[in-house]
Amino acid sequence: MVNITYKNGVVTASLYGEIDHHIAPQIRGDIDAQCERSRPSRLVLDFGKVGFMDSSGIGLVMGRYRMISLLGGKLEVVNVPPNLQKIFVLSGLENLGVMK
Amino acid sequence: MKTINEMKLSFISKSANESFARSAVAAFLLPLDPTVAEIADVKTAVSEAVTNAVVHAYPDTFGTVTIEAKLTDKGHAVIKIRDRGVGIPDIKQAMEPLYTTSTDERAGLGFAVMQSFMDNVKVRSTVGKGTTVTLEKNFIRAAYGQK
Ligand SMILES: Nc1ncnc2c1ncn2[C@@H]1O[C@H](COP(=O)(O)OP(=O)(O)OP(=O)(O)O)[C@@H](O)[C@H]1O
Ligand SMILES: [Mg+2]
Repeated sequence: MVNITYKNGVVTASLYGEIDHHIAPQIRGDIDAQCERSRPSRLVLDFGKVGFMDSSGIGLVMGRYRMISLLGGKLEVVNVPPNLQKIFVLSGLENLGVMK
Repeated sequence: MKTINEMKLSFISKSANESFARSAVAAFLLPLDPTVAEIADVKTAVSEAVTNAVVHAYPDTFGTVTIEAKLTDKGHAVIKIRDRGVGIPDIKQAMEPLYTTSTDERAGLGFAVMQSFMDNVKVRSTVGKGTTVTLEKNFIRAAYGQK
């Protein structure tokens, strides 16, 4: 699921395991609660330990982009593993300039 | 082409069954000696179709989702995901990338993912009766190997 840390104005959400429609609402709730508390200038989504993801994960990223923009912060997506490259490319998320 | 194995699986449209369904199909395909990438493609496409049945076909209730799969001796797999839910009024529009009728955080990319991860995708649907999505894929090693 997700481990969340806050340090120096940055919320880092380290995702792990499988991201699908069943689990996404819980991840979304945890990340949004932390961001509302901390009002970070940056939200980092770390995909390094994610083994599986479908389009529910893309919806999760797009939703966090909207949420953090409303709070006045920036989104960064890091450590996308090779097995998820295909779905990230298809999603067009690169055009949002969030992929690091 | 000879069918070498078949299976049928039915389950209730609870979101917890999304991971069960994609893992079950992946396990069924193992005799085709799939590559890691091929297995990932099938799991993702099956997850999309099953999630659509859970989310869209039975919006306010639970219903049955049925998966039927077949393998041939030439390394070809056919996987059908069927629901008896609300159906799709305009299939062409539904399959357009970014099209969604959902108000949650849905990307509208499920069909686009199925089409890019599988060799062939067919959708049949009748409003009020339900939807069947047929996914097909050729598995390289089973087709050209010693199997
Ligand atoms: N089994 C189904 N029964 C009824 N309607 C469906 C079914 N599958 C898809 N649809 C309709 O087709 C639309 C597009 O489906 P698609 O999977 O491409 O996107 P989505 O499910 O809305 O979003 P995402 O898959 O990215 O989370 C859905 O919004 C829904 O209106
Ligand atoms: Mg979908």
